Amino acid sequence: MSLAALLCCVALLLALSVVSAATSRLFNATIIIYGASCVVSLVLLWGGIGHLLTPAAAMTMVLPVGLPWTGAHFRLDALAAFFLVVVNLGGAAASFYALGYGRHEKEPHRVLPFYPAFIAAMNLVVLAADAFTFLLAWELMSLTSWALVMAHHREKENARAGYVYIVMASFGTFMLLLAFALLAGPHGLYVFSEMQKNPALSWRGALVLFLVLLGAGSKAGIYPLHVWLPLAHPAAPSHVSGLMSGVMTKVAVYGFIRIVFGLLGGGGENGGMAVLALGSVTAVMGVLYALMQHDLKKLLAYHTVENIGIIFIGLGLALVFKAGGHDAFAALAFTAALFHVFNHSLFKSLLFFGAGAVQTAAHERDMEHLGGLIRRMPQTAFVFLIGCAAISALPPFNGFASEWLTFQAIIQGPVPAHWGLKMLVPASGAMLALAAALAAACFVKVYGVVFLGRARTEQAKNAAETDRFSLSVMFILALLCLLAGIFPGFVINVLAPAVREMTGAHMPQHGAGLLLVPVSAARSSYSGLLVFVFIAVSAGLAALIARSFGGGAPRRAPAWDCGFPLDDPQTQYTAGSFAQPIRRVFVRSLFRASERVEMPPPGSPAPARLVQELHDVAWEEIYARISSRVLCLAERMDRFQFLSIRHYLVIVFLSLVLLLTVLALWF
Amino acid sequence: MGVMDYNIAHMLAGGLMLASLMMLYQKRLYALINIYALQAFLLALAVAWQAALQHAPQLYITALIALLFKALLIPFALHRIVARLHIHRKIETVIGTGPVMLSGMALVALAMDVMLKAAAHTALLEREDLAFALAVLLLGLLMMVTRRNAVSQIIGFLSLENGLILAAAGTKGMPFMVEISIAFSILVAFIVIGLFLFRIRERFDTVDLRALDDFRGEWRLAEAFSGEPSYESGDEIS
Repeated sequence: MSLAALLCCVALLLALSVVSAATSRLFNATIIIYGASCVVSLVLLWGGIGHLLTPAAAMTMVLPVGLPWTGAHFRLDALAAFFLVVVNLGGAAASFYALGYGRHEKEPHRVLPFYPAFIAAMNLVVLAADAFTFLLAWELMSLTSWALVMAHHREKENARAGYVYIVMASFGTFMLLLAFALLAGPHGLYVFSEMQKNPALSWRGALVLFLVLLGAGSKAGIYPLHVWLPLAHPAAPSHVSGLMSGVMTKVAVYGFIRIVFGLLGGGGENGGMAVLALGSVTAVMGVLYALMQHDLKKLLAYHTVENIGIIFIGLGLALVFKAGGHDAFAALAFTAALFHVFNHSLFKSLLFFGAGAVQTAAHERDMEHLGGLIRRMPQTAFVFLIGCAAISALPPFNGFASEWLTFQAIIQGPVPAHWGLKMLVPASGAMLALAAALAAACFVKVYGVVFLGRARTEQAKNAAETDRFSLSVMFILALLCLLAGIFPGFVINVLAPAVREMTGAHMPQHGAGLLLVPVSAARSSYSGLLVFVFIAVSAGLAALIARSFGGGAPRRAPAWDCGFPLDDPQTQYTAGSFAQPIRRVFVRSLFRASERVEMPPPGSPAPARLVQELHDVAWEEIYARISSRVLCLAERMDRFQFLSIRHYLVIVFLSLVLLLTVLALWF
Repeated sequence: MGVMDYNIAHMLAGGLMLASLMMLYQKRLYALINIYALQAFLLALAVAWQAALQHAPQLYITALIALLFKALLIPFALHRIVARLHIHRKIETVIGTGPVMLSGMALVALAMDVMLKAAAHTALLEREDLAFALAVLLLGLLMMVTRRNAVSQIIGFLSLENGLILAAAGTKGMPFMVEISIAFSILVAFIVIGLFLFRIRERFDTVDLRALDDFRGEWRLAEAFSGEPSYESGDEIS
């Protein structure tokens, strides 16, 4: 499929947006708009897959819009095609899911007009090949997603979430603008291919990397720029949360890769170290935040932070190895990162869709008010379990394959010469392991509290299974998670051209996809299919044996009393109790967590209370401080608004004299 | 251009600047207005001389405007305003005469220094004219800064504008000279009114502006980034 056809599809999405602005109050608008978005996304997905599977040369195109002297450049190379697949797979899935989910929307005219434009903007970011088009598409992506976050703006939290999001998004775009200005150099070369020819070096390169880390990192959710994710993702409708979390953060990763790997040609050893360290910290902090969180969608948003951390660990390793001249290992780490991008977009969309299904069924996101949903929503529970296993990096699912590859890059990679890296690389491996283990713990909490046990509220007790559209798309995503997990070799083969574009090398081609070999078969290998077959066979055997020894028909009998002596569901283990040990061990200093028992005064019949306190250190130390400084400054500047005219004249006069004096001294 | 032509142009422009300096230390409003009229008269002469030198007949119109409006009409009107408002005869200056004169001289030196360097590639007369014009402009600003009385501020501004006209007349090849000078005159009229309005607003305090404070978005930053949000959106705003 040609680039022109892809751009036509994007234009079609934009047109759909305009049409839906006019017709969104009509009866069938929801189905028509989401259906059309789904179809167009599928076409774009087909275009992306086609370009990836048949190795073709990059296609370029220049449209006479945008900056008059450069025009709008578009380019489809392997990396763009891969991200096109990620964006449109997520877009198509979300649109299909919304066919069912969207019916619960009370005010569809607040969501529909922005939804196709959001998908179109993400596609445009991926296809853009000059700084102006890129930033324009990036900003369009920010604004449309902001509008979607603000869809239910009357709710108290949502307005705040939207505000924080727009501030962070503007900050990010501003940083990218500065980065592009540095890359464009004194001659103002805004087209990517021209930027590539004369990359910024030394301090300018370091500055570009720093700015891109701030700009793309704030969109992707790098700690401590992640603050908007847990606010904005729950505020948006669930299919949009899935898109934002699963896809938009990946577009930000694309921006990082395109600028740092493509335009800057790598950030050097120090840059790689910075990315690696940030990635490690993000991974661990994200999962710790998630463990402390009992709101289902906020928890998933924090897990996005964690997974972005894992992706950035891979990217940081690729930068480090590339700077050290180990192209093969750079390719390995880069492949792992891209693979994780793909995987995370799959299972995070799946989990957000599941959370949306739970929310519409039980009208509740707080895990402490859910429970026992496995009996009410068995199919949702099944696919959600697959999503949980995938994100917890359990074999045979895809999360394991990509995180294992990242580990292999750490373990088998050459020992770096830099003393800092000698410590940092193993440390990041340890952090990655810690994050993976804590993520598993966290999803045990999620699944145990939300789906197992008994319902904690009436609403949870009366929940009903979700609609067929939502279920079918969740099943498809779950199947893809499994397939990518048992045939990782195929995905890696497909990724090879994109990896070669960015790192100059690629991983060895894998055969039928049975064995995943990072470096050489003698050192380590993994076969997802074998593990899957083993798990299936052993589980089947175990079930068979249990069945045959346990007798035929199941019997109902009173539960063992020590489990539930009382009838009240409040006696169950809660999410808070599940998180308590981890809170005590890990986060006492990181979150300034404290626990104290408040005893009533002697003689009072009031109950004693256990008070727990958690602080978000990043928020308090960075954002609260910055905002108070800004306010303080603004208050001081405020005085300038109420001066007399003579004071203004004095200011004008003095600045004029000052400038003239500078001029006099300068010449 | 003969030596004499140059000398006369130079003298007229220098006279303009001298008038500006004289204005700085005038304590009485009537004297100030008279010197302003003198400056405007000199401006008319200078522009007319430029018109003759450059063979630019449209500059004669500018000179005529300067003569009629600035040297006759405005001083006359100001005399009447001063008389009618019973403004105190003595001008209160913010800084004493000595420092004002010293800083005026410093400004003239600065203007000369900057202009002679910045316009080094232009003709001698043009350069000198520009330097004088900048000096007149700066002195007018200085006057506006150091005076409290509305009338003397207006005069400061008008003399500043004289500097602009001088600069415009001095540089060759101004095609729309006439239009520009008329536009400037209108601008001056507006700013005269504006200055009065400013003074009035200052006099009558800013009570009505407080009502607008609610429409500014400063509260949002404070609340969005503080620990507890207190955004109230329960009202039905449609």
